[in-house]
Amino acid sequence: MKLNVNGEERQLDAPAEMPLLWALRDLLGLRGTRYACGQGLCGSCTVHLDGKPVRSCLTTLEQATGAEVTTIEGLGGEAGDHPLQQAWREHGVPQCGYCQAGQLMSAAALLRDTPSPSDEEIDSALAGNLCRCGTYARIRAAVHAAAEQGGDA
Amino acid sequence: MNTVQLISRRRFLALTGMTAGGLVLGASVVGSRPGLAGVLDTAQGQSLNLFVTLSEDGAVDIVAHRSEMGTGIRTSLPQVVADEMEADWSRVRVIQALGDPAYGSQNTDGSRSVRDFYHTMRQMGAAARRLLEQAAAQHWEVPLAECRASQHRVLHSASGRELGFGELAQAASALPMPALDSLPLKAAEDFRYIGTGLEIVDLDDIVTGRAVYGADVVLPEMLYATVARSPWLDGHIASFDAEPARAVSGVKDVVELRAPAGPRGFQPIEGLAVLASNTWSALQGRQALSVSWRDSSHSDHDSASYLDGLESSVRENSGTVVRQRGDVDAALSAASQVVEASYRTPYLAHAPMEPPVATARVSVEGCEVWTCTQNPQAVQAAVAEALDLKPEQVKVHVTLLGGGFGRKSKPDYCVEAARLAAHSGKPVQVVWSREDDIHHDYFHAPCAQYYRAALDDQGAVQAWLARQAATPIGSTFDASVDTLDDGSLSQTFASIPFATPNLRLESLPAPAHARIGWLRSVYNIPFAFGVGSFVDELAHAAGKDPAQMWLDLIGEDRELDFSEEGFEYSNYGRSLADYPYQTGRLKAVLRALLEQIPWGEELPEGQGWGLSLSNSFLSHTAVASKVEVRDGKLRVLEMHGAIDAGRVVNPDRVHAQMEGGMLFGLSLALMGEISFADGQVQQSNFHDYPVVSLAQSPRVIRSHIVTSDAAPSGVGEPPTPPSAPSIANAVFAATGQRIRELPLRKHFTVL
Repeated sequence: MKLNVNGEERQLDAPAEMPLLWALRDLLGLRGTRYACGQGLCGSCTVHLDGKPVRSCLTTLEQATGAEVTTIEGLGGEAGDHPLQQAWREHGVPQCGYCQAGQLMSAAALLRDTPSPSDEEIDSALAGNLCRCGTYARIRAAVHAAAEQGGDA
Repeated sequence: MNTVQLISRRRFLALTGMTAGGLVLGASVVGSRPGLAGVLDTAQGQSLNLFVTLSEDGAVDIVAHRSEMGTGIRTSLPQVVADEMEADWSRVRVIQALGDPAYGSQNTDGSRSVRDFYHTMRQMGAAARRLLEQAAAQHWEVPLAECRASQHRVLHSASGRELGFGELAQAASALPMPALDSLPLKAAEDFRYIGTGLEIVDLDDIVTGRAVYGADVVLPEMLYATVARSPWLDGHIASFDAEPARAVSGVKDVVELRAPAGPRGFQPIEGLAVLASNTWSALQGRQALSVSWRDSSHSDHDSASYLDGLESSVRENSGTVVRQRGDVDAALSAASQVVEASYRTPYLAHAPMEPPVATARVSVEGCEVWTCTQNPQAVQAAVAEALDLKPEQVKVHVTLLGGGFGRKSKPDYCVEAARLAAHSGKPVQVVWSREDDIHHDYFHAPCAQYYRAALDDQGAVQAWLARQAATPIGSTFDASVDTLDDGSLSQTFASIPFATPNLRLESLPAPAHARIGWLRSVYNIPFAFGVGSFVDELAHAAGKDPAQMWLDLIGEDRELDFSEEGFEYSNYGRSLADYPYQTGRLKAVLRALLEQIPWGEELPEGQGWGLSLSNSFLSHTAVASKVEVRDGKLRVLEMHGAIDAGRVVNPDRVHAQMEGGMLFGLSLALMGEISFADGQVQQSNFHDYPVVSLAQSPRVIRSHIVTSDAAPSGVGEPPTPPSAPSIANAVFAATGQRIRELPLRKHFTVL
């Protein structure tokens, strides 16, 4: 089976019904995408399929085949310099950090479609990304800051 | 507590798993990054003491011996060392310590990392600075007093000479350790990093996805395991059919994990493990298993009737008196108004975003564990016991924690990994699904409380009677324990700071069924809800402003000591001499909060402000919330908090803990509930055990730090206790409806 991940063609030997999450983590070694609920309830495993945010725990390899998969490792390149990643640093968003890859991926998809989102649009786009540490106030501030910097990098 | 000591390179290796300033041990390399601070690239490091290594190229490695679960401790304690050492922060790298008693306690809970190690870390830094200054003085053959360290150099101002730290490393490490008592520590006005909001050292790894958490550890030939556990406590496997699981592609083995006899403690719950070549196969294999379980005495546990029983008990029965002043019964008889209320709070689950996960490898030398733990020494002890090893034969590597909140102080999941690795002869990673985490937590204790107070005709409280029944954590370690110990009662219930002339506090039993553990701020959660709600009820009964009622109840400025009233106050393990409980500071935090908010403002119908105040983990916190209730729908609009935590090392991280701790309180107040029916947990994942989302998070969340030069006190937990009562009190202000049972979603639709 072939998968296009972060601009690279990857080969893997796995059943078509395996969730993309486990293929990324266990088979391709891309461990920035996190497991936290396995039911599409928390957003920690969010990746992009052709630029759209999906929960990789509910996306099968079959569904991902033929699409361009982008993970946190591919968001801002080696340096991680996507405007959202920069804003996350400047606002000191992360506490434990576990959910933040998913938060960033959802926020990046939002800014791609909505370059200057309102609070309501941020709430709506990120409502499915849970953070148990409670970094939400800083997430909102950082998304606004990245938008002002022209966040759709 | 630690003492400062010089250590050898061999000892440094034993403590960190890394050669001093040198190479990562081959055996410790995990994935692309070892979960430690990063691969060191120089080979000439010199250990200056237990926590500081200096390389000849000037790189400083500071050991973090506490676990990073989001508080920023991997940054805060090293920044204290760097400040006293006069190291340039940009040249500091942080190394995560292995579990080892040499560090003193590594149990990262109880909001005590800074308060327990602030002074030690200052001494570590000061000792390193002194050794470098001495090395320079010897080199130049000038008096020590003429040499001064500053930002990674030692200066001799009389001659204008200077030497870099790296150039002095070897000579400094050969010097004898200076006497601690004579070590000068910096004056506060000379602090360079202490009191500064340095960004966390793991920030870049987190935003790029490179951070290494428990499940990111990969060993050659590693198997992934999931465990089907008994659905009720103390249940045992009756029979099972492993064949359908073995038929799943990728499944390698099915292994019984029998629960040993004795207290639950940190032993795994009995279960059946499925080992596979990847996580997905392990999960699929477990789903295919067919297991039937034998009943236990807990397999009919029902939480609703349990709480009904506790509530009847506290309303109807007298309990053991734990603290007493004056004559409560006489004052109640003489009251012009008697106010009474009972409150109940449910089981809660920790639900850190990262579920428990541990990886173990067993060899003839012992066992090596890689895990997200708050307490690596507890992992050593529990794994050693399970595998019949000595604790020092268990090497524990601490990864980053995707949240902990107390769950990851308990090493049951590490014991599972170790037993499975010993059985299979291969490295094994035990993965907990979210369902496993919700079903098999060490649950926060359910609690019922009853309060009765006497008001005189001036609205002053003349008597305060309180009773509580909460399931004791002690039951997890000794099944016969059915009442709270003094340390638990010290968490708000028996440490109320009120000057009320008559007071009696009583404790009643609450025998355990579920496995009980500590959750962020522990018994302060129910007791701050009970006390904070009842003070508000008294204020309304007396026709007083709630803030004024708090100030009146607390009374004049004084230092509290409850021993004369028969209660041994634990003071979170510290002496009252070192950490006095000062009512003046508590009141000052409330006043500071009131300055931040328009308390008393006219609000539209359906909106209200509420507040509460708390002392916990030696800190004082106050929280005010503004809510709106329309057509039965509740939304929290604003939360504001103030904290006096003594000297603050990293104010930005204190603000972050305040923001997060208040939201943790909001989450449990609005939605937190675990329930049992037929002995089984009724919730399974975030759809039925919801935690606060961005959309629910108030648009305004502010925190205020009260400046103090008192000894540092707790930060991680203190923001949580006053949050739930502040919200419930705001709901009363908005609606006139008094909520005495959490969570609020039993009564409203929460938005």
